[in-house]
Amino acid sequence: MERVDFNYRNKIFTVIFAGILLFSTVIFSISVGVYEIPFFEVFNVIRYHLLGGEVPPEIYNAIVWDIRIPRVLAGMLIGMALATSGAAYQGVFRNPLVSPFILGVSSGAAFGAALSIVFPIPYSAQLSAFIFGMVAVFCAYSIAKIRGKTPLVTLLLAGVVLGSFFDALVSIFQYIATEAQLKAIVFWLMGGLYHIDWSHLQILAFSIPLGILLLMAYSWKLNILSLGEEEARSLGINTERLKILLITVATFITSISVSVAGIIGWVGLMIPHAARLIIGPDHRFLIPLSAIMGGIFLILCDTIARTLTTGEIPLGIVTSLLGTPYLIYLLRSRKDQFFGGE
Amino acid sequence: MIEVQNLHFAYSGDNYILEDVSFKVERGELCGVFGPNGAGKSTLFKCIIGFLKPKKGRVYVNGRDITEMPMEEVAKLIAYVPQEHRPPFPYLVKEMVLMGRTPHLGGIFGPKKRDIEKVIEAMEVVGITHLADKPYTELSGGQRQLVLLARALAQETGVMVLDEPTSALDFRNQLRIWETLKKLTKDGMSVVVSVHDPNHMLWFCDRVVVLHRGRIIASGKPSEVITEEILSTLYGNICKVGFRWDKGGATRYYFLGLTTWNSNTIPSSMG
Ligand SMILES: Nc1ncnc2c1ncn2[C@@H]1O[C@H](COP(=O)(O)OP(=O)(O)O)[C@@H](O)[C@H]1O
Ligand SMILES: [Mg+2]
Repeated sequence: MERVDFNYRNKIFTVIFAGILLFSTVIFSISVGVYEIPFFEVFNVIRYHLLGGEVPPEIYNAIVWDIRIPRVLAGMLIGMALATSGAAYQGVFRNPLVSPFILGVSSGAAFGAALSIVFPIPYSAQLSAFIFGMVAVFCAYSIAKIRGKTPLVTLLLAGVVLGSFFDALVSIFQYIATEAQLKAIVFWLMGGLYHIDWSHLQILAFSIPLGILLLMAYSWKLNILSLGEEEARSLGINTERLKILLITVATFITSISVSVAGIIGWVGLMIPHAARLIIGPDHRFLIPLSAIMGGIFLILCDTIARTLTTGEIPLGIVTSLLGTPYLIYLLRSRKDQFFGGE
Repeated sequence: MIEVQNLHFAYSGDNYILEDVSFKVERGELCGVFGPNGAGKSTLFKCIIGFLKPKKGRVYVNGRDITEMPMEEVAKLIAYVPQEHRPPFPYLVKEMVLMGRTPHLGGIFGPKKRDIEKVIEAMEVVGITHLADKPYTELSGGQRQLVLLARALAQETGVMVLDEPTSALDFRNQLRIWETLKKLTKDGMSVVVSVHDPNHMLWFCDRVVVLHRGRIIASGKPSEVITEEILSTLYGNICKVGFRWDKGGATRYYFLGLTTWNSNTIPSSMG
């Protein structure tokens, strides 16, 4: 009798390998830029800050420590947040075609953040982004929910409608804003990491890993939830509570990302899907791998954004340019998967 | 042991889909729920597992009322095999079966060694070990039913509820499901299963509940319940209880056929 193999060695190895790749991407990205700095000097700056000793040249220190490192790490965390929240939404809504962007969460959060630019109070960008991100996703969900089911087409349309509603509200702000505020809104709307410093990184470094760990803790239950309401409940899952918890956490990390870096599309759709092709749909492995791949992807996109031309290409444009062909490929080659859910 | 008492259910208003349904399945009994499409079988099962909240009535498992119980607890007492469905993600068969262990998992760290042993055993019992590494979404409808049965087995409950588990299956797999269910009841499980083939009722069930438009119109031993009268109430005058005869004095065989058949149609070797 053949034995059934419940060994996860391959999957664990894949995650570790991806982790090493992420680490290399971070190092690579820190050491490249428009201003060329010898590889050795980059390490010298890091060594100085971690271990002390010989003081590196001021210009190298400023570029590597004050600009590149926070930017790369922020890109990593934001990529992780968007990809894992995408994986979580896809599991909760039982469909590989949903993402923070498509559900209207990004637009809701963007509205919240724009609101806080016009009416600023400390930390209101994050809070207000989170509140309106939640408003968007729960509106989309309630609009789409018919007799306990959320048909995909209705969900997507509800997300699109809400997204454009919030986008319209943001446009209104652009009219009533002062010139300085308008500039802030427009720059931030384009989506990007050019303005990141250590204070942004503090916000991200605290909240995003926390959110991802929470999603990982519930990843087995997310597997069950993705089978559908009826089966999940017959297997002892309190589906309503679990859904609200997972959506709240996913929306939280998405909103934090949006409040810092604006709307960056497609990461949350594309990365979980690609990760699923590599490691399978078991969320215990899918979520960590999505996080790592999201980090790698966003760092690379941002590296392209800041090095391809002497100016800056907005990051959201790079991810869209790369995301569109992938989505077209998905639609052409895997149609059947998309409309399988409820 | 499972006991359903005066169950009433309506999806909306007082358009009752189930009215005053009561029956009892003892430990080790295989109970068939029989009734035409739309009779309310699936609705009844969803009430039993607590997915739908009944308007009135109670469901007891081993004497404990489960209508007020949290679902985490109910899932340790009742396993449910839904009618055919397709999940959105291509989980492997072994992962699907492993999900049956969920009610027994403490903490957040997922399945342990004992869970995995139980899963391997369940797949062997149902005979799907060779499918373990295939994506569930790429199986045939019948194979999927077997996987869901294995998952319910891995759940290790005293009661199992199966909604038309044999409908999508070829003859061999239908018999395999019945064989498995028989084995489970012999080990003391109470099984409730909806079936469309009256022959299967007669052959395999210890007890039959006949559901018609949300009410129980007959229940008891299959040989006493599956009568021409009941069949014509359910289906009109299309079939008859064909042949019932004694062989060697003890064994009785039943056969259901079209009303238009006459005894000449039956091979003489069987008469
Ligand atoms: N979700 C629902 N909402 C409203 N009515 C339903 C729903 N599901 C089933 N029904 C109705 O309940 C009745 C019984 O259905 P069901 O329990 O599925 O029957 P069976 O499983 O015996 O074929 C049918 O008339 C059906 O139309
Ligand atoms: Mg049914």
